[in-house]
Amino acid sequence: MSKIKEELQKRILVLDGAMGTMLQQYNFSEEDFRGERFKDYPSPLKGNNDLLSITQPKAIAEIHAKYFEAGADIVETNTFSGTTIAMADYDMEDLVYELNFESAKIAREVADKFTKENPEKPRFVAGSIGPTNRTASLSPDVNRPEYRAITFNELRVAYKQQVEALIDGGVDMLLVETIFDTLNAKAALFAIEEVKEERHIDIPIMVSGTITDASGRTLSGQTVEAFLTSISHIPLLSVGFNCALGAQQLQPYLQRLSDETEFFTSAHPNAGLPNAFGEYDETPEQMQGYIEAYLKDNLINIIGGCCGTSPEHIKAIAEVAQKYEPRKLVVGV
Amino acid sequence: MSASSNYQQTTKNQKYLTLSGLEPLVVTPDSNFINVGERTNVTGSRKFLRLIKEEKYDEALEVARDQVEGGAQILDVNMDEGMLDGVHAMTTFLNLIASEPDIARIPIMIDSSKWEIIEAGLQVAQGKCVVNSISLKEGEAQFKHHAKLIKRYGAAVVVMAFDEDGQADNYDRRIEICKRSYHILVNELQFPAQDIIFDPNIFPVATGMDEHRRNALDFFEATKWIRENLPHANVSGGVSNVSFSFRGNNVVREAMHSAFLYHAIKNGMNLGIVNPTMLEVYDEIDKVLLERVEDVLFDRRDDATERLLDFAESVKGQKKEQDDKVQEWRSDSLQDRITHALVKGIDTYILEDVEEARLATSQPIEVIEGHLMNGMNVVGDLFGSGKMFLPQVVKSARVMKKAVAYLQPFIEEAKKAPKSPKGTSYWKTADPLLYGLMKAHAQKMRNQPTEAEVLLWNVLRNKQLDDYKFRRQHIVGSYIADFICLKKGLIVEIDGLIHQLPENKASDEERTKWLNEQGYRVIRFTNDDVLSNLDNVIERLKEALKVSPLGTEGAKSAGKILMATVKGDVHDIGKNIVSVVLGCNNYEIIDLGVMVPPEKIIETAIKEKVDIIGLSGLITPSLDEMVYVSKSLEKEKVNIPLIIGGATTSRAHSAVKIAPHYNHTVVHINDASRAVTVVGDLLKEDSIVYKNQIREEYDAFREQFLKRTKKKDYLTIADARKNKFKINWNTSEIVKPKQLGIQIIEDFDITKLEEFIDWSPFFRSWDLHGKYPAILTDDVVGTQATELFADAQVLLKRIFDEKLLKAKAVFGLFEANTVNDDDITISDCNAELDSASNEGTYTFLTLRQQSKKSEGKPNIALADFIAPKATNKQDYMGCFCVTTGFGTAELAAQFEAEHDDYNSIMIKALADRLAEAFAEYLHKEVRTKHWGYANNENLSNDELIKENYKGIRPAPGYPACPDHLEKKTIWDILKVEENIGVKLTESLAMWPAASVSGYYFGNAEAKYFGLGKIKEDQIEDYSKRRDISKEEATKWLSPNIAD
Repeated sequence: MSKIKEELQKRILVLDGAMGTMLQQYNFSEEDFRGERFKDYPSPLKGNNDLLSITQPKAIAEIHAKYFEAGADIVETNTFSGTTIAMADYDMEDLVYELNFESAKIAREVADKFTKENPEKPRFVAGSIGPTNRTASLSPDVNRPEYRAITFNELRVAYKQQVEALIDGGVDMLLVETIFDTLNAKAALFAIEEVKEERHIDIPIMVSGTITDASGRTLSGQTVEAFLTSISHIPLLSVGFNCALGAQQLQPYLQRLSDETEFFTSAHPNAGLPNAFGEYDETPEQMQGYIEAYLKDNLINIIGGCCGTSPEHIKAIAEVAQKYEPRKLVVGV
Repeated sequence: MSASSNYQQTTKNQKYLTLSGLEPLVVTPDSNFINVGERTNVTGSRKFLRLIKEEKYDEALEVARDQVEGGAQILDVNMDEGMLDGVHAMTTFLNLIASEPDIARIPIMIDSSKWEIIEAGLQVAQGKCVVNSISLKEGEAQFKHHAKLIKRYGAAVVVMAFDEDGQADNYDRRIEICKRSYHILVNELQFPAQDIIFDPNIFPVATGMDEHRRNALDFFEATKWIRENLPHANVSGGVSNVSFSFRGNNVVREAMHSAFLYHAIKNGMNLGIVNPTMLEVYDEIDKVLLERVEDVLFDRRDDATERLLDFAESVKGQKKEQDDKVQEWRSDSLQDRITHALVKGIDTYILEDVEEARLATSQPIEVIEGHLMNGMNVVGDLFGSGKMFLPQVVKSARVMKKAVAYLQPFIEEAKKAPKSPKGTSYWKTADPLLYGLMKAHAQKMRNQPTEAEVLLWNVLRNKQLDDYKFRRQHIVGSYIADFICLKKGLIVEIDGLIHQLPENKASDEERTKWLNEQGYRVIRFTNDDVLSNLDNVIERLKEALKVSPLGTEGAKSAGKILMATVKGDVHDIGKNIVSVVLGCNNYEIIDLGVMVPPEKIIETAIKEKVDIIGLSGLITPSLDEMVYVSKSLEKEKVNIPLIIGGATTSRAHSAVKIAPHYNHTVVHINDASRAVTVVGDLLKEDSIVYKNQIREEYDAFREQFLKRTKKKDYLTIADARKNKFKINWNTSEIVKPKQLGIQIIEDFDITKLEEFIDWSPFFRSWDLHGKYPAILTDDVVGTQATELFADAQVLLKRIFDEKLLKAKAVFGLFEANTVNDDDITISDCNAELDSASNEGTYTFLTLRQQSKKSEGKPNIALADFIAPKATNKQDYMGCFCVTTGFGTAELAAQFEAEHDDYNSIMIKALADRLAEAFAEYLHKEVRTKHWGYANNENLSNDELIKENYKGIRPAPGYPACPDHLEKKTIWDILKVEENIGVKLTESLAMWPAASVSGYYFGNAEAKYFGLGKIKEDQIEDYSKRRDISKEEATKWLSPNIAD
């Protein structure tokens, strides 16, 4: 049994919070994003957060360290947009392997440092695999419903490249997250299975979908149960939800998920819903309160934060998570 | 894979087959039998196959929706047909389903015998599907490979009881194959057992063959065995197979299906493909029939088959084979059905729907104003938002016209008898209860007319007044009218003194009101009017008769639009399309046709009080004609917006040449789809904003345009000639034509042209843009293009089969040499010398490029491709005219008479294509035979279209030779009109329009080019060579003259 599974049976593990929110505080300029290496790069690079793993590695390491200090057990690599598909926005498709590899390496080093300091609380790195900016089962053009901006195969190839680089960089597990189109996720899972088979390895996989709004469905229209059915053909470490909703709004869907799945469950909700200015202003205390409700109902094995969450939020979440027993798995009939 | 054993967690549902679309489907032991919808299967449904073949995906989606709404829990999709691109069809259809939440709700069964189609389906479905099917037929390796991928894609699988030795046809073989398949899947591949669905083969029974007697029984027993011995596996099958030997006898078939299903489910079959309309309720099956069916299913008696056959004979024909299930939309509301028919262009049911609407409304006109216009508004909106394409709209118009044509006689009838109180014949206008009483009274009144009545009756009787029939003392409802013209719904009352009293006045008003409500107008005269001023009374009556009866005015149109192809031009495809599209949007179109002189346009515009004038033209002289029309309109102080369209028109021309001459708005419209918006903007209440905006836009555009064109540098014509295209005449090969002189082709076999057709321009003429054949699969217009193409093929076949069009050609090959740089003299040695003063010699005048070229680039004229006289080498060239247009106008008129604009436009578009094809064909014949310089040529149609051959055939009026006057020379040389009947209009357009004329140049170095702009010095030189005034030369060449 892998280390992570041992830990999961003992306690609720805490995932880190938002990377983007933290990076905003650094107020990096276009020059900072470019660094020395890309100073003459033909396209604008500001906003390419994944690139900071190469041009501002210290900042990335600092953020990881802050989350570990706050009590996180798992940090996510800075690779949310680390596919050729998402990087096409910056003409940086060729950089995909390096971005993922370096990001994984930074997180790995920080995690190892913390584990070394406190072997009782081993720290983990989850390779973050984002949804890309295209959908395989939705047409971007309402007038051409049969059209697709991306195919399964294109996604599979892109994801495979990211997965290989993340594994080479030393991640403990893979986190396919913020899934708004299940078909994208299926392509990622397909790619992971290919890599596992080719390399004769096993690596835990976390899957985290996104319930878009109060309709209780993914962007591509699936209910919680349909989503779960569509991704459960692969042995997963955990399945859960993140983003779009705050902790409070997410609870009913986590309840349904927890009822239906025999995988571990995870959640990393946003710090509430965005306010009129698009900011997330739920305080750590408020969020702690909502999450405590999950814990009381025994819904969760892995808990963290998404947009708008900071080390303070994670600290509050970690404090409360300590007090509760993890959700127990029900073994299938 | 090492992973699997490490993970014991699974979803709670995992031991039950769990599938998903947008919603989950869990198959538990408590679930009822899961019904798989099977109409979206090209092998099982001829209709679905046709829809997919014709790329009518919208309707195909309706089939799917029907299945879901009819209770299907899984949707089987099969695209296995030799003529289909299965991968494309599967991908497209599943993608479309993904956009329909009410269909995508349920899981998909991807049904194919081809792995690439299965995989294509798996790659576009986000939910957990079922693959139907895999088997050991091709061996274990392939079976495992596919199973492993299916698992990785996250689908369940149907496994057929089939192995290397064939299909399992008895109990033991079924068990053997299912057991082996299960073992490989579950134990070797860790395939989840609950995701396996066995299909142990349902075969027909009662076939009369002994080896089939146990077919049902073996299936039941095998099903039971599987469910008991292969944990978690499911069983499915296609039920209708079992009754195959009773095709045509639905009573027996339905009973067999029900009984079979009943027992199969009892034995553990939990999914299946069943047509719900072919199923009897088990308990309601005739007991005798049930017994005989079950005897067969369970092989209970040796004579079971005979007994069932006997029974079948006795009930044959009791229930007829059910008609194709009426399409779902047929059960919608009347308005929805009419809208559906218009949007989809389906005319099958339109007449019955319109009739229903007519019966439901009080006036037939209301069907047009209500039901039909409501539907056309939807069409207009869809077209406006780019969701419908032109051919669809034209088809909608066809349905509309058919409906209107059907209503027309009723509207006429209504005009005759605006309202008969009880819907009886129009002359029976009386209240039937009072009729008896009143009849007597009326007769009495007729016999005792007043003096004024006698006087007026003398004028009205026997259709004396403008041929209108009047009746006197006619009973209407509970009133008796003095005089009535039923056709016009006009009642004439002559009031004696008595009517002037107040109480009578009130009663008259009431009576008039009632009559008006019934659709009659009432005109009153006093006795005095009639007696003292009969002339005035008659005048007023005549006026009153001119007005349409109440309630029968035409449907209120959104505006009146005059459309005309200008004088000298015969091309009207584009104009007709715009007319149809505007007609669809409730505009009244006054189409003056082709070759319309400006006076007629102006006269009609004023007389008909049109709201917009549309001018169309294709050939370049029409541009000038449009300028002339706009000037004339201005002179007549006409104040009507002008819309300009046609192939050679442009925004630039409209802005620079037309708009400045006309004070009112001028708008150029480049395609039919824009017409509706532009016309709408021009006619809306605050159109002044739009008009000002257009005016400003065009002013700005003109300014910019004029500035831009001034930048170009030009050579003098003398310098341009020095920089001519040089051919080395010492080495250049000149081939003498095998046969010099003129040849005529009559009664040409038009079918030979099919392979020479260049289809891309055909699609362009319908506003569908793209290259053939890629356009047929285009993401945006592919479906429409395919449909249009199919319709074109149908008409083309008719043209060929019924010889609807006549193809004729005349061409000649002559000795030729260039003289004075730009002229080519030719001589027809066979010409009868006494017939022409020029003794068989003619001169072609060519025009030379004058814009300054980059170093080394020549200024070309067509004359450069012919050896100059000075070389002393005899060179040759040819000219031709082909036509496929004879018959087009008649056919178009015939289609129009049938209210079929779609085919009326289609025939013209096809005739044009055939003419081009004929030109291409003839050119090939000339190259390879008559001239014979390219004997070994062997080019495909594609290469022909790309003009990969040696030599060119430029046409007057086109870029290399914009001078239309050259056609006159060709007509003189070839005696075109005498020989094949093609005429030239005053603007030198050819009539019939589907004609092509041009020259042949055979030199290997001859190539197509565009003349571009030329300068005044060349015009001057040209006018001398042509022996016309400079003004006339300017008029003909104006589109090419640099400003």
